[in-house]
Amino acid sequence: MSLLPHKHMLGLEGYSEQDITTIMDTAERMREILERPLKKVPTLRGITVVNLFFESSTRTRTSFELAEKRLSADTINFSASVSALSKGETLLDTARNIEAMKIDVVVMRHRSPGSCHFLAKHLDSIIVNAGDGCHEHPTQALLDMLTLREKFGTLKGLRVALVGDISHSRVALSNIIGLKTMGANVILCGPATLMPRGIEQYGVEVTHSLDDAIHRSDALNIFRIQLERQDVGLFPSLREYQKYFGVTRARLEKAVAPLTILHPGPMNRGVEITSDVADGEHSVILRQVTNGVAVRMAVLYLLAGGHPELSEPKP
Amino acid sequence: MYTKYSRFDKPERAKDLFLEGARVVDPRSGIDQVLNLHIRDGQLKVGLSEPPQGTDVIALRGHIITPGWFDLHVHFREPGKEVAETIESGCHAAMNGGFTGVACMPNTNPPLDNAGTINWVVEQAKPFPVKLHVIAAATRERNGKELVDMSEIVECGVRAFSDDGAPIRNSVVLRHALEYSNMLGAKIFQHAEDSDLVCGGSMHEGEWSTRLGLTGMPGVAEAIDVIRCIQIAEYTGTAIHICHISTKGAVEWIRWAKKRGVRVTSEVCPHHLLLTDAHCKDYDTNYKMNPPLRSEEDRQACLDAFMDGTLDVYCTDHAPHAWEAKAVEFDQAPFGIVGLETAMGLALTHLMPHVLDFNALLERVVYAPCEILTLPIPRIADGEQANLTIIQPDAVYKVDPSKFRSKSQNTPFAGWELKGRARGVICRGLAFIKEA
Repeated sequence: MSLLPHKHMLGLEGYSEQDITTIMDTAERMREILERPLKKVPTLRGITVVNLFFESSTRTRTSFELAEKRLSADTINFSASVSALSKGETLLDTARNIEAMKIDVVVMRHRSPGSCHFLAKHLDSIIVNAGDGCHEHPTQALLDMLTLREKFGTLKGLRVALVGDISHSRVALSNIIGLKTMGANVILCGPATLMPRGIEQYGVEVTHSLDDAIHRSDALNIFRIQLERQDVGLFPSLREYQKYFGVTRARLEKAVAPLTILHPGPMNRGVEITSDVADGEHSVILRQVTNGVAVRMAVLYLLAGGHPELSEPKP
Repeated sequence: MYTKYSRFDKPERAKDLFLEGARVVDPRSGIDQVLNLHIRDGQLKVGLSEPPQGTDVIALRGHIITPGWFDLHVHFREPGKEVAETIESGCHAAMNGGFTGVACMPNTNPPLDNAGTINWVVEQAKPFPVKLHVIAAATRERNGKELVDMSEIVECGVRAFSDDGAPIRNSVVLRHALEYSNMLGAKIFQHAEDSDLVCGGSMHEGEWSTRLGLTGMPGVAEAIDVIRCIQIAEYTGTAIHICHISTKGAVEWIRWAKKRGVRVTSEVCPHHLLLTDAHCKDYDTNYKMNPPLRSEEDRQACLDAFMDGTLDVYCTDHAPHAWEAKAVEFDQAPFGIVGLETAMGLALTHLMPHVLDFNALLERVVYAPCEILTLPIPRIADGEQANLTIIQPDAVYKVDPSKFRSKSQNTPFAGWELKGRARGVICRGLAFIKEA
C-alpha cells in the first residue's frame, strides 16, 4: 500500500501539509541518491511504470523516466503519435489495454482536465498526474515548493508571486493549492484576461501590476506565455505583454531585497523573462530541474513503494 | 389480470377498460375526487359506479389519474443516432415515465427540416400511446441562415420551429423566423445562448470550473440571448418560447418581459432545479449538459420562477447518449442527459409540495405545454378521447437506469430514492399499464 494516505496523485487538492512535507522530505533523500556516482537504487525493482503522454512534453517525460530508472522500475513510454489514438481509440480502451499488460503505475499527461480522475475511476493501477489540461500538474508544484524550501528553509509565511497566464496554467493551480496548504502567501500577477474566475476562493491576492507583485514578494514563479493566447485576443500583443508583465533585471532591482526566480520552463527568453534574470545569481531554474527528478522519485516511491509486490519481493 | 396492457412493444387497444377507484385530478375541468373511468374505443365515460359487462377492470385504489403529461423538449435520435435512441425506444421511455405527449427536437442527422422527414418521424410513433409532435428546424439543415419551408411544414401539423442545440444567432434570421412562423400560428423555440461566450466550454463558469480546470460557460451567455429574443419579439409583436432556462439573469429578464406583456414563454428542466455545478466535481459526464448545471443562486432563482409561473413548463431535455459516447474525458463528452423516466418521480418527491402544489404541477406538465403548441387541452370528461396518465404516488423506489426503456442510461439521478412513479398511460385508444 501507499505510504501516503492516497492511492494516486491526481492533484495536490486533498493533500495535507503533512503529506506534502513527507514528499519533500523524501525528495531530499532522493536528491542525495542523484549526487552519488552510482545513481541507482533497487527500490522499485519489479514495478512497471508506463509514461502515457498524450501531449508531447519531453521535459516532464524525461524527468519521470529518469526518476523511474533511478529507482529501478521497468518503464515504458507511450506517446500519442505512435498510439492507437490516431485510429480513433478512446482513452478508456487505450488505458484498459495497457493495464491488461499488467502495469502498476500510470504516469499520464493529457490535454483534458480530469482525465487522470477518469482513469483512476476505471483502472486499478496507481495514477500519477503529469499534467491534465489547465487543471493540475502536482509534481511540478512539488518541485517548485521543494526548491523554495531549500532556499528559504520553510514555506510558512513565504510570499510567492505567480506571474503570467494563470487561467491556462496547470502549474499555477497546483502551486496555489500546495503553497496555501503549506502556509505561504500567494500573489497572482497577470492581465485580467488571464485570471480565472473565482480564483479568490483559494485565499490568494490578485494584482495586475508586476511592480506591486515584486514589491511584496520573496520569490517569483514566472510562467510561460503561450503565443496562441494572443491569437484568441487574450492580450493585445507579445510586445505589450513583455513591456508590462515581462520580468526584467531593471524591474527586479526596484525590490528591497533580491527575489528568488523560478520558471517551470520551457522559457520564452525575452518575453516573460529576460536572459539576465533567467541566468542571474538569484535564479534557481536549473535547481528546479534537478529537484524535479528527486520529487518524482519521492512520489513514485511513496505511492508504489509500499506495494505488496515490492515490500515482499516474490521469488 | 391486466398483464396484457403492460407490454411496451404492443400496447393494447383500450377497447373496453374500467379504471376503478383512483383519485381523478383535472383542475381545468374542476375535478378532484375518486371516480371510476370507463373507456370504450378510446372514449371516456366518467363516474359509472359499476363496470359494464365484459370490460377489463383495473383496480386503481390509491392511484391518481390526470390528463396526459406532456414533455415539451425531448431528443429522439432517429434518424442518425439510433444507437442512442430510436423513436420506438423514446416512446417506450415516455410511456414508462408517464408521458402521453412529447415534442421532439429536430437536431437529428439529417435534421427534421422538411415535410418528408417529419411525416416519417410522426409515422414511427403511431403504434404507441404517445402523441409525438415534431418541432421542426427553423433553418435549413439548422444552418442558421435560410428559413425552412415553414408553411408546408405547418400543414403537416407542426406547431413550432427551433434550431435547438444551437441558437438562431443572426438577429435578422431570428426576426424573420419569428414573423413568418407567427403568421402561420407557429412559434420559435430558442435555445438561448451567446455562442461566442460559451465557445469551448464544458461546464458553468465559476469557482468550480476554476477548481476543475475546465473551460467555463458563463451564465450571462444565456441572459444576453434571452433579452435579445425578448426585444425582437416585443418589437415584432410575435410570440417566442425560450428553452431550458438555467440562470438567474434569464429568469429576471423573462419576469420583466411578462410584466410588460411580451408574449414570451419558457421552460425549465428538473436537473436545473435540483443540481448545481458542484456536482461536476468528480468529472462525471452524466452531469454535463447544455445549458450546464449552474450555481446555487441560479438554482434558487429557477425554483422561485418555477413556483411563481415565470417558467411555464417542466420539461426534460431528454438527451440520450450511448454509454461509450459518455465514457470519455469530461471536455470530450457530448452534452445531455436522459430525463423522461425520472421527471415524474423527481417532481413528486422533490418539487411537491413545497415548490408547487399538485394543480400547479399539472399546469406545468399538461396544460402549458399544450397551450404553447396550441394543441387541444386534454380533459377528463364524458365523450372526450382518453388521454390519461396514471400515477402511483406512494411507490418508493431507487432510480435504476438499467431498468430504463430508453436505449441510453446517461442520468445523474441513478440511485436517488424517489416516491411516486408512473403506473401507465392511455392515449390514442391505446393503453399501457404496468404491473402494480
